[in-house]
Amino acid sequence: MLKDITLGQYYPGTSIIHRLDPRVKLVGTLVFIISLFAFGSISAYIVATAVLVIVIRISEVPPKFMLKGLRAIFVLMLITALFNLFLTPGTVLVRFWKLTITQEGLRMAIHMAFRLSYLIIGSSVMTLTTTPNQLTDGLETGLRGLKKIHFPVHEVAMMMSIALRFIPILMDETDKIIRAQEARGADFDSGGIIKKAKALVPLLVPLFVAAFRRANDLAMAMEARGYHGGEGRTKMKPLVYKTRDYVSYLLFVLYLIVMFLTRKYIKIDFPL
Amino acid sequence: MPIRIEHLSYIYGEGTSFEKKALDDISLEIGDGEFIGLIGHTGSGKSTLIQHLNGLNKASSGRILVDGEDIRSEGYSLKKLRGKVGLVFQYPEYQLFEAEVLKDVCFGPHNQGLSDEEVLARAKEALAAVGLDESYYEKSPFDLSGGQKRRVAIAGILAMKPKVLVLDEPTAGMDPKGRDEILALLKELHESQNITVILVSHSMEDVAGCVSRIIVLDEGKILYDDAPSGVFRHARELEKVGLAAPQMTYVMQALLKDGWDVNADASTVPQARDEILRVLNKG
Repeated sequence: MLKDITLGQYYPGTSIIHRLDPRVKLVGTLVFIISLFAFGSISAYIVATAVLVIVIRISEVPPKFMLKGLRAIFVLMLITALFNLFLTPGTVLVRFWKLTITQEGLRMAIHMAFRLSYLIIGSSVMTLTTTPNQLTDGLETGLRGLKKIHFPVHEVAMMMSIALRFIPILMDETDKIIRAQEARGADFDSGGIIKKAKALVPLLVPLFVAAFRRANDLAMAMEARGYHGGEGRTKMKPLVYKTRDYVSYLLFVLYLIVMFLTRKYIKIDFPL
Repeated sequence: MPIRIEHLSYIYGEGTSFEKKALDDISLEIGDGEFIGLIGHTGSGKSTLIQHLNGLNKASSGRILVDGEDIRSEGYSLKKLRGKVGLVFQYPEYQLFEAEVLKDVCFGPHNQGLSDEEVLARAKEALAAVGLDESYYEKSPFDLSGGQKRRVAIAGILAMKPKVLVLDEPTAGMDPKGRDEILALLKELHESQNITVILVSHSMEDVAGCVSRIIVLDEGKILYDDAPSGVFRHARELEKVGLAAPQMTYVMQALLKDGWDVNADASTVPQARDEILRVLNKG
């Protein structure tokens, strides 16, 4: 169940997407997500789908890894779609009992489903091809300007990288604790909601104890190696833009232009 | 309660780029009342193998028969199996969660659906068996020392009255005194309660003194399955797979090479001492 969450899980590879500067990938993901919300029409989704398919192909990550992330948020998507479907006022399409489906509601529901799933797939492409370290490196360098307004860029980036780094460790730990308790006859799957919640205590207590112990050890280890925050800290692998990175930025602009043009000239909207 | 493993294979992450064959065609028979040492270096598949014995892992192919019954057959209760084959994990921290030692030990038998009195009686019996008296009942498991935590963890499994007790590296990270105590405890449990004990370890030193059979795993395959003396004769081969024979074996083999008429099968310090004294007295 826990293994379904793909966000923050790196899929090792050597494709060009893997080798891109993390800043490029961050900006690219952002551009992609914004485009999803700014251009909502069938034609826009077609362009977005094409781009996604091509990028996933180049990244050499098996598509099922991207889709795994979707499975985890399926319920969230369903709820969002249902709320939009039933609660948007407008021209009534169907009415039964107290529920009404409006034309606008149906449209919103379809839009939300598209946007949410593309958002997840889009960010999965980034997290699957970028190690958490590169990602926070990218964020830290990219947001360097915010230091001027006393935003603790380095601290936030460090916290993020630690948090991301600990996701797989804690998942692994959870798995082991589940096994250890199952070996003692614990049952995590059956019973009503109260029984299930109670069954989580033998899992959560050791997990929290382990998390605190790890945090303590890590703090000690960082201090022992002279960590003192971001001031004057140099990088072992400084981020430097290469040709492929500039080309990528150009492609982002091209993508946005294509989106604009399709909206202007060949816009296909929902037939509602 | 004999256990039979037939052509067991297990593949991690099947169908992904992380795919790894952890167990490769393992066939084994474990008889009643045996004391077995399961040895292998890190990543040899020993932990994976023992998690098959109580149904935590599902074999990719092959099957396991406990008491002649296939544990993956339709309608076989894995929960009951876990009462029969008790598995103590490497770190007690993975299973201790209650605020009091006694309550924590009650968790296993309680899950077996026993009455409250029975649960309590079993928990107290198990704690006594691991050498923790009444003064520990109300202590927090988190305040105990490493060795004591391990005892509580073992008691937590013993309280379920398993016929087979499997321990995953019960001495990992312990000081020599604590290690000797745990090993002595296991020996004592094996003799007094007449249960089968499978001790997983990467140290021959640990198991040399107590087990009657050693199974050596390497890269998911069984390398040796023999009495300790038989396995230790392969000291050179053991070194090739990242293991070693007990130090005393090396001493005895060196003596033998120097022309002393000793029995090189002595593998613990007391055995070696007796053997050397015997030869010296004879001469």
